[in-house]
Amino acid sequence: MSCWNPKVEMMPGDELRGLQLKLLKSLVYRLYSFSPFYRERMDAAHVSPDDIKTLDDVEKLPFMVKGDLRDIPMERLFTASNRELVRYHASSGTTGKPTIVGYTKHDVDNWSESIARGLMSCGITQDDTVQVAYTYGLFTGGLGLHYGAERLGATVVPSSTGNSERQLDLIKTLNVKAIACTPSYLMHLGEVAAKMGIDIRKDTKLRIGVLGAEPWSDGMRDRIFESLGVRGINIYGTSELSGPLWCECERQNGMHVWSDLALVEIVDPKTGKKVGPGEKGELVITMLQKEALPIIRYRTGDITTMDETPCACGRTHPRIGRISGRSDDMLIIRGINVFPSQIEYVLLSMPQLGNEFQIIVERTGALDEMTVKVELKPEGFVDDMAKIEVLRDKIASKLRTTLMVNACIELVEPGSLPRFEGKAKRVIDNRRL
Amino acid sequence: MADDLDRYKIKQLSIFSENRPGRLMDFSKAMGEENINILAFSIAEGAGYGVIRAFVSDPEKALRRLQEHGFVVRYTDVIAIHMADKPGGLYDLTKVLKEAGINIEYAYAYRNEPGAILVIRVEDIERAISTIKASGAKLLDASSFK
Repeated sequence: MSCWNPKVEMMPGDELRGLQLKLLKSLVYRLYSFSPFYRERMDAAHVSPDDIKTLDDVEKLPFMVKGDLRDIPMERLFTASNRELVRYHASSGTTGKPTIVGYTKHDVDNWSESIARGLMSCGITQDDTVQVAYTYGLFTGGLGLHYGAERLGATVVPSSTGNSERQLDLIKTLNVKAIACTPSYLMHLGEVAAKMGIDIRKDTKLRIGVLGAEPWSDGMRDRIFESLGVRGINIYGTSELSGPLWCECERQNGMHVWSDLALVEIVDPKTGKKVGPGEKGELVITMLQKEALPIIRYRTGDITTMDETPCACGRTHPRIGRISGRSDDMLIIRGINVFPSQIEYVLLSMPQLGNEFQIIVERTGALDEMTVKVELKPEGFVDDMAKIEVLRDKIASKLRTTLMVNACIELVEPGSLPRFEGKAKRVIDNRRL
Repeated sequence: MADDLDRYKIKQLSIFSENRPGRLMDFSKAMGEENINILAFSIAEGAGYGVIRAFVSDPEKALRRLQEHGFVVRYTDVIAIHMADKPGGLYDLTKVLKEAGINIEYAYAYRNEPGAILVIRVEDIERAISTIKASGAKLLDASSFK
């Protein structure tokens, strides 16, 4: 198995942790000395750079949250001058005012390095062509993957989003092996291909999908493989940290988090305390080498697990699991936490149902009512209404078992729910609280 | 013998439809554009959806066109039986089926001078056909709708 940077990717665990500690110490010293923002934060938390003696001491440092990036003036957060900055990106603003992130040349280099390692780990090489069908522009997906793939030496097709027929023509003509896009967009491309009479398996060389920017499940991964023959590789990142950063290797048992670039903690979202090995919690990240907008203990809001056991691929860096939800994307229905990804998991486990769904939440009197609209596949339709009702009941009971919440199920015609080229918007919350 | 029975199996179209304005219109528009005559139809209502059942002058063409329009559609075999258009006509027919223990899953009827037609969907279609034939009632031949 090929490795982009074997020296670092295969570095023995002890040595890697030693490197991390060295980088963490120097980061904290640098920020305490040069960033008024971090100095105030650390003083308020009664912690000084000298208190960082081991990696566990990172817990002494205060958390950073998305609100900090939104509310604190850029000039206080940034530690690079305009002369040193080479680029800005901004978050999508799905959950509020967009946050702006700046990059020095070194930041862009590290970002590209991180993705280059990941792309090679999932089977993409210098000989391959990669189509980047994430949005280019302020959104980090397009340019992030573009620079990473170029760094690797792959050939890039910067198709960006939209115009699905054109995307498919490019995939066919240019022998594209991998596509980077959202999982829902890849499914949509599959539908368009079928309409155009293109069999992805037979008529194209497309075999790898580097998929992220929205929550998705193993059920969706199976479905993508079954219908298109494309192996879905999970990729993770958030605009606050750079953008897309880590993806799964060919073993597909978690996303390798490069320890020389980031220090990862999993904490209980309520208490902020570290959880036990393998336990679910909120992903907290310290970027060890960022220059323009340093990030210490950033609470991502993403719920996941971490695995530090060795990976069969030989890489020594820890892996984070699939994001099982977001603390801010979580719906509270009648007091119970519900993640849209759990609903997706249930729906995709049923072969009669399509890939698209929508969750509508209303409040009737004092009670929350959740309706799940899901597309019935043509193969799932039978001219026997009793059987359709049995199917509805089965969906409802599976959802009840998984979520502990009742949902009203509406079966709708294929193609009738909205399709998304970027992040899918699955939830319509009509509650006025 | 089997061929003989197959003559009476009518390819009915069953269409899954969301419960929203315009779906029957979309269906009938598609049929009109293809110059396909709708001979009989019914709509059954479920929770938030419906099933349109119809038999038409050219079921193959209709199915193809409806699928192209994105409809979820499939064939269901039904049979159409002549009834005397007079009091007791439906009774005579349903009595025959009841006595043979044949359950009607759904039915719809239309008047077709002279007489009336009852369209039924049953589980064991071949047994229903032989029972009805044996009773002396007349079944419509699938080819008679072209």
